Amino acid sequence: MEANTLSRESILTAIRENLPQPRVSRPEIPVFPRAERPLRALFEERLAQAGAVAHAVASSADAAAKLATLHPSAKIICSAVPELPGTRRSEDVHDPHAMADVDVGVVRAQFGVAESGAVWVTQEDLVVTALGVLSQHLVVLLDPGEIVSDMHEAYRRVRLQDTAYGCFWAGPSATADIEATLVRGAQGARSLNVFFLPRT
Amino acid sequence: MNDDKPVDVVAGAEAFLRQDDVHEPMHDRFLWAVMQRRDAEAAALPEWEQLRELASQIKEHTLTHLDRYLTEFEANAKRRGVKVHWARDAAEHNEIVYGILHARGVTELIKSKSMLQEECAMPAYLAARGIRVTESDLGERIQQLDHQPPSHIVFPAIHKTRHDVAQLFARTVGTDPNQDDPHVLTEAMRNNARPRFLAAGAGMTGANFAVAETGTFVVCTNEGNADIGAAVPPLHIASIGIEKLVPRVEDLGVFLRLLARNGTGHPLTQYSSHFSGPRRGGELHIVLVDNGRSRRLGMPDFWHSLKCIRCGACMNTCPVYRRSGGLAYGATYSGPIGVILDPTFDEHKYSELPFHSTLCGSCSAVCPVKIDISDQILKWRRVMANKGYLPLAKRVSFAVAGHVFAHPGEYHALQKAAAPALNHSPDFLLYNKTLNPWGRDRDLPQLAKQTFREWYLVNRKSDGSKHPES
Repeated sequence: MEANTLSRESILTAIRENLPQPRVSRPEIPVFPRAERPLRALFEERLAQAGAVAHAVASSADAAAKLATLHPSAKIICSAVPELPGTRRSEDVHDPHAMADVDVGVVRAQFGVAESGAVWVTQEDLVVTALGVLSQHLVVLLDPGEIVSDMHEAYRRVRLQDTAYGCFWAGPSATADIEATLVRGAQGARSLNVFFLPRT
Repeated sequence: MNDDKPVDVVAGAEAFLRQDDVHEPMHDRFLWAVMQRRDAEAAALPEWEQLRELASQIKEHTLTHLDRYLTEFEANAKRRGVKVHWARDAAEHNEIVYGILHARGVTELIKSKSMLQEECAMPAYLAARGIRVTESDLGERIQQLDHQPPSHIVFPAIHKTRHDVAQLFARTVGTDPNQDDPHVLTEAMRNNARPRFLAAGAGMTGANFAVAETGTFVVCTNEGNADIGAAVPPLHIASIGIEKLVPRVEDLGVFLRLLARNGTGHPLTQYSSHFSGPRRGGELHIVLVDNGRSRRLGMPDFWHSLKCIRCGACMNTCPVYRRSGGLAYGATYSGPIGVILDPTFDEHKYSELPFHSTLCGSCSAVCPVKIDISDQILKWRRVMANKGYLPLAKRVSFAVAGHVFAHPGEYHALQKAAAPALNHSPDFLLYNKTLNPWGRDRDLPQLAKQTFREWYLVNRKSDGSKHPES
């Protein structure tokens, strides 16, 4: 510990001695003009480009039916939302390793971002963060009224001081590491479906 | 100064170019396609240039107040329950990481991509101390299995064909050598990595950004592998270079809009993960690493290189990188950004890198944080020349050229003598691989019968206009 205090001091001292002059002031980030298009349409278009699909569902029952259609052979459906019971509740899981056998994970996102098709999900939404990355497939509930235009607006909404983990998911896991060929389902979720279902 | 010989980047490039007719054209084509996607994304945002300027200013502001933002970051991360460590150099970084792992009896480590951990040669250090280190990013895993460093900071195995990967996986993980479909190969590695994620005692990540205001760090991946490493094992260790700081959460809006668009031509990476404290039931350590960065901050010509956000666009656009491949640079960082970063670690070893450039300026034009990369390459050439590091062939020819250009009479005489000689030189001399490497893939143009000066003297002297006489 003492050695590390010395390292800390030595790094900070070296930085102070080497700070470039003149100091540069912090720029103001302006509010940029937004796209005229309806945010939901843009969100759906960008979501599709990211390899995910949006579905309009009318009710919880409708959502359950849609999930069954999309994942007919799913055995373990772990849910972190009240609207869909699933076969397992995220709040009942205490060891993240226990998420290894989940076929479909269900979570509600706080909001979507139109310019990228991303959704914002935090540890509190997932209950167990491993739900978001070990589930083979993901179903994300999103209130269609909760879509922001771009990342500037998104960062005005996130509250990083209130959560240990938050993530923008833009579609399912992907890689292009072999011959730059796009493959969905690299290490995380193989598919991601967004269900437009207003928060009750 | 160490005794390593300078990296022979020309020989490295030649090895890549000469291996066959497949690898180099493929490499060139893939990276150029990324650039075209990047250009389309950039053109679609009216505020693109404004974002680049903002990103540049935010980074310059942070770097000129770096002590303040580092201590602010540290205080906020600690408040959230993070253990923060400071490492002066690579050795100290590796010792700290090993100390944390050893104290908890960890023998299995799963890591996501971190150029800083590469820079510190951490995987080999830990492996030598009995810790099994598994790279979880597909490209990094390919490189790890092939005992090669990454050849690109975003696409680590972009220099390999699907056939290469199929052969490698057949040799190392027992897949069918004739099955080279990227979907099948990716699936094979997913199934191979899963048990390792579940068995790991710790997950390690790097960081793309660290936010002073909240003590948060951000990791951007497409595979989600960093998130698995952070969510499943009980211990998460992140290595963060001290230049990764940004002051405020709102600054992330600027950088995340630029990073993926500029690096891969997508509006966002699939996962943009924000870690602000240990997850429920987990333990989180951050190692803040200097390793030459504070010294670089004091180099007036070169400190701007600390603005780099590692998007890789300078590599994708570079005509030299695309054709020589990243391994030719023989360093952690390749391409134009590598040319200006690597010599700050070892001027002697990387003394030839600044000459591996056409100075076309495309790297500076695409840099999302407006680093003057090509100007810095030129300045590094001066540093190398002043220190006597010029490659021998250049030293001799520059000395001759300097003398000849200083004596116009000799220049004109040489010009007259050389032109007919060139036009009548037999190919075996002109295209001799040792004497003239440029001739290997190029035909020399025929020289005109008359030089411009001769034409000028005949055609302009007669109309009585003045001209400067040599």
